[in-house]
Amino acid sequence: MYSEKVMDHFTSPRNVGEIENADGIGEVGNAKCGDIMKIYLKIENDIIKDVKFKTFGCGAAVATSSIATEMIKGKTIEEALKLTNKAVVEALDGLPPQKIHCSVLAEEAVKAAIEDYKKKHNKQ
Amino acid sequence: MNKRIYLDHSATTKVKPEVLEEMLPVYTEYYGNPSSIYSFGREAKKLVDQARMRVAKALGALPEEIFFTAGGSESDNWVLKGVSYANKNRGNHIITTSIEHHAVLHTCEQLEKEGFEVTYLPVDNYGMIRIEDLKAAITDKTILISIMYANNEIGTIQPIEEIGKIAKERNIYFHTDAVQAIGNVKIDVKAQNIDMLSLSAHKFYGPKGVGALYIRKGTKIANLITGGGQERGRRAGTENVPGIVGLGKAIELATENIDSYNEKLLKLRTKLINGVMEKIPYTRLNGHPEKRLPGNANFCFEYIEGESLLLNLDMKGIAASSGSACTSGSLDPSHVLLAIGLPHEIAHGSLRLTLGDENTEEDVDYVLEVLPEIVQRLRDMSPLYEKVKGGK
Ligand SMILES: Cc1ncc(COP(=O)(O)O)c(C=O)c1O
Repeated sequence: MYSEKVMDHFTSPRNVGEIENADGIGEVGNAKCGDIMKIYLKIENDIIKDVKFKTFGCGAAVATSSIATEMIKGKTIEEALKLTNKAVVEALDGLPPQKIHCSVLAEEAVKAAIEDYKKKHNKQ
Repeated sequence: MNKRIYLDHSATTKVKPEVLEEMLPVYTEYYGNPSSIYSFGREAKKLVDQARMRVAKALGALPEEIFFTAGGSESDNWVLKGVSYANKNRGNHIITTSIEHHAVLHTCEQLEKEGFEVTYLPVDNYGMIRIEDLKAAITDKTILISIMYANNEIGTIQPIEEIGKIAKERNIYFHTDAVQAIGNVKIDVKAQNIDMLSLSAHKFYGPKGVGALYIRKGTKIANLITGGGQERGRRAGTENVPGIVGLGKAIELATENIDSYNEKLLKLRTKLINGVMEKIPYTRLNGHPEKRLPGNANFCFEYIEGESLLLNLDMKGIAASSGSACTSGSLDPSHVLLAIGLPHEIAHGSLRLTLGDENTEEDVDYVLEVLPEIVQRLRDMSPLYEKVKGGK
């Protein structure tokens, strides 16, 4: 049911963990629905120097968080804000239809973390 | 890693060699249509009759009270629709439970759309109905009580005999979905006052796509599948003779060996449940501690989600199932886990392991070796667990 790419990111997720004193943290989803994603960012000069995630959820939730962190690492925050759920799905070689919402969560988690950074650093 | 361990016997089982052995010649030698009058047909008819005798014996019923169907779902559909339609003049009320299989629940929903009224009895934290609730739900309009014998997810076994007694006193038909119970508990439809009972061969080491419905003589029930005159005019369609033969052999074996099967599974299950509860913190056992199917273990591991758990177990060669939303194909976790009062977030982290014939102590040891690591790995990845570790 899942592509090899999804299974690869599920079995060896990239960038799992937390960042102490992160510059931005985004948490989306809720436990009731069975998915929560939390993304931590380390940002220097508006560039994402490091990113980590923690996810409670299904295989697709873990894989979308993992690949999203890979896709934004080293990017400027402006570039990272352009990450779409569609790009996440494509990078994973597709997702089953009922799992598309996981890619939406990944996009939202990245955006929420950047918003948090902007708020904390008065960049609004 | 090519070790494979099957721990999903409530989903389906492997056909026993003795069963297959009786089925094979039916495909190639005794392939006649049981309705034909020449020798080919008579041979096939004899095999169907023999299977009917075996099913009747296993249930304490008469052979003429057994009707073959295409499985548990058809048997459940037949009872609910057939009894409702045939007894409309007496009333329009059905009593069932909130933890039935969807074959019952979705059929009830359809009947509600047609004007029937359905009471879904709640269950306690162990998944048991309360007899007082049943008594209180009965009205003059009640025509059918349909309560499953044993639950397919959490394994809880209902007080069938008590229910049967009440139904009889109140002169209401009593149906039980015994799909999960056959071969695990002793059934006697007469002593237990069961009027109708559904069963499905693939849950007790028989073939898929064949089942039966026991209908007590004299029960008013309309036909579901109409057409030819098979099954004494009650269920149309050329009989699935190889399947029926397999069902007959499988139910004979399952009921003959009930005591040794129970003993074997109980031993393995005790070891499995104790081991899991001991090794994995923040875990709960779902279902009744004693009144449950001998092979059923159902847990919730807090802070993790069931599908991730299943994928990880599959990579280690372990086949299991879960009631999480992601595996149920909807946004909500299993209706059974919600009915026993679990919050959504905990129900998402459920794991069902159902033991069977070919499982061994080594299989249980292997699960106890790999499961704690998998749960820990997923918890380490979970933002919910972080909060627990940090002292909430
Ligand atoms: C309790 C119960 N009822 C009915 C069914 C449906 O049986 P079948 O798959 O033979 O249609 C099942 C099978 O999962 C079951 O567990």
